[in-house]
Amino acid sequence: MAKKIFPKEEVCVGCHLCEVYCVYAHSKYKKPTVKAHELVKLYNKYKDSKPTPRILVEEKSGEWTTFALQCRHCDDAPCTKACITGAMKKLEDGRVICDEEKCVGCWSCIMACPHGAVRRGENKKAASKCDLCLELGEPACVKNCPNEALVIKEV
Amino acid sequence: MRYVIIGNSVAACGCIEAIRKVDLQNPIVVISDEKYRVYSRPLISYYLGGKVDENKMYIRDEDYYEKNKVEAILGKRAVSVDFKNKEVVLDDGSKVKYDKLLIATGGKPFVPPTKGFELKNVFTFIKFDDVKAIDVAIKNGAKKATVIGAGLSGLKAAEALIKRGLEVTVVELANRILGSILDLEASKIVQDELEKHGIVFKLETSVDEIIGDGKVEKVKLKNGEVLDTDIVVFAIGVVPNIDFLKGTELKINRGIVVDDHMRTNIEDVYAAGDCAEGYDCVYQQQRVIPIWPNAYNQGETAGYNMAGVEKTFDRGFPMNSIGFFDVHMITAGIVMPNSDDIEVLVKHDKEKNSYRKIYIKNGSVLGFMFINSIDRAGMITNMIKEDLNVESIKHRLLDDDFGYLDLPKELRQEKILGGAKA
Ligand SMILES: Cc1cc2nc3c(=O)[nH]c(=O)nc-3n(C[C@H](O)[C@H](O)[C@H](O)COP(=O)(O)OP(=O)(O)OC[C@H]3O[C@@H](n4cnc5c(N)ncnc54)[C@H](O)[C@@H]3O)c2cc1C
Ligand code: SF4
Ligand code: SF4
Repeated sequence: MAKKIFPKEEVCVGCHLCEVYCVYAHSKYKKPTVKAHELVKLYNKYKDSKPTPRILVEEKSGEWTTFALQCRHCDDAPCTKACITGAMKKLEDGRVICDEEKCVGCWSCIMACPHGAVRRGENKKAASKCDLCLELGEPACVKNCPNEALVIKEV
Repeated sequence: MRYVIIGNSVAACGCIEAIRKVDLQNPIVVISDEKYRVYSRPLISYYLGGKVDENKMYIRDEDYYEKNKVEAILGKRAVSVDFKNKEVVLDDGSKVKYDKLLIATGGKPFVPPTKGFELKNVFTFIKFDDVKAIDVAIKNGAKKATVIGAGLSGLKAAEALIKRGLEVTVVELANRILGSILDLEASKIVQDELEKHGIVFKLETSVDEIIGDGKVEKVKLKNGEVLDTDIVVFAIGVVPNIDFLKGTELKINRGIVVDDHMRTNIEDVYAAGDCAEGYDCVYQQQRVIPIWPNAYNQGETAGYNMAGVEKTFDRGFPMNSIGFFDVHMITAGIVMPNSDDIEVLVKHDKEKNSYRKIYIKNGSVLGFMFINSIDRAGMITNMIKEDLNVESIKHRLLDDDFGYLDLPKELRQEKILGGAKA
């Protein structure tokens, strides 16, 4: 059984900080926390495109509800079955990850993901999705959400 | 117990992976007439275009067979199946006994009888060896290419050939490109993009004759035009690869007829993928759905049932995600309906060069085509799969920022939280 991150729309303030921490955690710095000047440095690294967070804050004009959604690491993971390269795969611990080296940006995963949780990454070259911060041990979005609107749980 | 699979592509993967979830012991044998370990057909155009190298063609790790205890018999063709004695006969005369058999032989290129097809440098576009041969022809100096067929694989071939620096002409019988997934307006958007990159189209005609002395030199079209060309690529379509099973007691319509367990009419014999004809839940009839996700899902369903775990799959329907240069499109379900009780929603944003069109029948999405506005399209594919009533949200479906906030709170939370409490 995989761990999943659950958003609480009742307490999400729509600050988008999870996106910031997500970008940073998946940058070459790979750190769970970030200082403002480091972030500026990071953004300067991306010349022609903005880095893509692997989390998506939904908000809509005229609505007060917001929440941050990321990959549900589905048991049956339709994205992995649609992927034409084998880049999208389910690991033994239940996490679903994208091997961005292998991905060719065909967006079959976008066609198949029922949650709309796959994003097109930097320069729209490879799929970019939540990997539960594989290398950090703990998702940066959960750790840094100021209002505890994201929780990680085993289900 | 011995599982045998004929065919070694994505349907086979689905089957192997399902079996190994529930049965770690019994041997699995995979037979393929191709010599490669499991690779991706859709990637052949990327290989030809120079975007992926040989290493990245393979969709599973090198130790895949070993890890899954699979014996792979590669480079040998199954020539017949003796359903009575439960054995598969190979082209070298050897026999492979099975207890449970999956037929996953996929598709083969459809080529209408054409004078000159046997000439050198005339190719089809399905297998790894096809693009390796095209690659050799290019390295030997081919400069002009003619692609027959403006469907998905034909245009992928054309895109790759342009990227390799060839002059490319695409010949298509219909009045538009990608006729199976796009309407006229959408098809124009894509054609403009392809023409911008130098691809020339000859619509509403087809090939009459291929001309050359040993090697192809010209193609004569039905409209009388004659084109100089160094290579010809046939990409008109695929048909189920089941000739070696015709005339047996196996029930075949267009493909091998399967039920929602992927069982055929013969006990212990299953079929999946491009060679099978299963239930299409949008068209509500038995159909061959020759696409990758369907092949995986059918193979997986077959695998579970072969291993004794009952699973059904009756939610298959056509869906495609494809891109050329910078234009990407996702289509699903019925995209050219011809009944009048269907509501059509359209949005063509000329500035963004994006197009969204959705068909609704009795409150459910019947199909859609999205061009250049594809993010989160899977939510809508899933609505087709779940037959969700979209009456209250339908006009939002055209907006590219459509999302969970458009769903009623209860439904949204059910989908996101899946019953758990945050
Ligand atoms: C160029 C191209 C691009 C494509 N792009 C896409 C795409 O972007 N998205 C998508 O969804 N689909 C795409 N498709 C379709 C997709 O590749 C197929 O739906 C999918 O590969 C079907 O898988 P399968 O397992 O049924 O069989 P196949 O992939 O057709 O494989 C069948 C295998 O069985 C072997 N075999 C056949 N007969 C025998 C025999 N008698 N003995 C031994 N071995 C045998 C064949 O050689 C082959 O290796 C594309 C196809 C092509 C050709
Ligand atoms: S990307 Fe989508 S389909 Fe794949 S595991 Fe995540 S939520 Fe599920
Ligand atoms: S975009 Fe990448 S990860 Fe997604 S299906 Fe295509 S190859 Fe796989």
